[in-house]
Amino acid sequence: MRRFMVPGLATFVAIALIAVLAYGINTQGENTSIDSQVAHGHDPLAPSANDALDLLGGGGKASLASYRGKVVVMNIFASWCTTCVGELPLLENTQRRLDGHGGIVLGVTYQDNSYDAGQFVAAHHLTYPVIQDINGNLVRSFGTDAVPETFVIDGTGHVTAILRGPVSGRWLSRSVRQAMAAPRA
Amino acid sequence: MNRRALQLLALVAVSALLLPTAASATCVAPKTSLTAVWNDLMCPSCHEPLSVAQSPQAIAERDYVRHLIAECYTRAQVMREMVAQYTTSVLGKPPASGFNLTIYVLPPALVLLGIAVLLFTLPKWRARARAAAAASIATDGTNAGDALSREDAERLDRDLATFR
Repeated sequence: MRRFMVPGLATFVAIALIAVLAYGINTQGENTSIDSQVAHGHDPLAPSANDALDLLGGGGKASLASYRGKVVVMNIFASWCTTCVGELPLLENTQRRLDGHGGIVLGVTYQDNSYDAGQFVAAHHLTYPVIQDINGNLVRSFGTDAVPETFVIDGTGHVTAILRGPVSGRWLSRSVRQAMAAPRA
Repeated sequence: MNRRALQLLALVAVSALLLPTAASATCVAPKTSLTAVWNDLMCPSCHEPLSVAQSPQAIAERDYVRHLIAECYTRAQVMREMVAQYTTSVLGKPPASGFNLTIYVLPPALVLLGIAVLLFTLPKWRARARAAAAASIATDGTNAGDALSREDAERLDRDLATFR
């Protein structure tokens, strides 16, 4: 029995190390499961929908769930992202079109500080709400590891379209129209 | 003329009131420097130290640190503010809590475990080797000294003497 002690202990340590490594990879790795679900037409519920995050510039907190009943165009951006600047006129225009028609554009900051994000919003005259995802839980649950990325969520809280990259007018119109056509909560 | 003098006086008074406000916006004597903090800060998206990272986020982060230093933040305040804005992922040395604890605990624990295994097994191996040697001598019924003939022993002595 004692002769198995050392090999047994070594095996236990090896398994423990592999388990720690697997846990680390699992928690750090990107999550693209919603991409395949959306691609196959099985629109998943928006993850972390109840996470209430600070609105940029004060004004309390907001979560995806607080916009339930509306089509949400969630744009993940950063003030240091040069590509993000290019899509702002399109998003602002979409916000103007959606406002009062059962939709909203929602900005979410990605690895950005509130000072720079505030300056960015002011400089580009953005009128839509922006929430700060400081701990990154919301964007991570959407599988985001780069910006810009845009997600369209219908009134029932299901993700209906994903674009990992800069938005185009055509994609935005089609995705919003599709989400608007989905049943409301 | 008197009216103009009064206007000038009012302008000077207003300037004097505004001057301390303007001065406080930029720190006259900074309490730390960018180079004093950037080795302990990371670019969270590119996973590189802020001192070497050249990504847009790293550049923005460095600008933000400069802004904080210009606001007279101390080193500790800069670090706290960076953690508040970017979470602990911005720190070069992660805090010893949660899953990060494994970084600090695992290596010394493995070394200690290795030492414990060696301490446990080495004496056993040596004892086993000694026992095996003793057993082989016992089965031969002789030892190396007895196996030498008188002639060989003398020759060996002669050879050894030449090396002295």
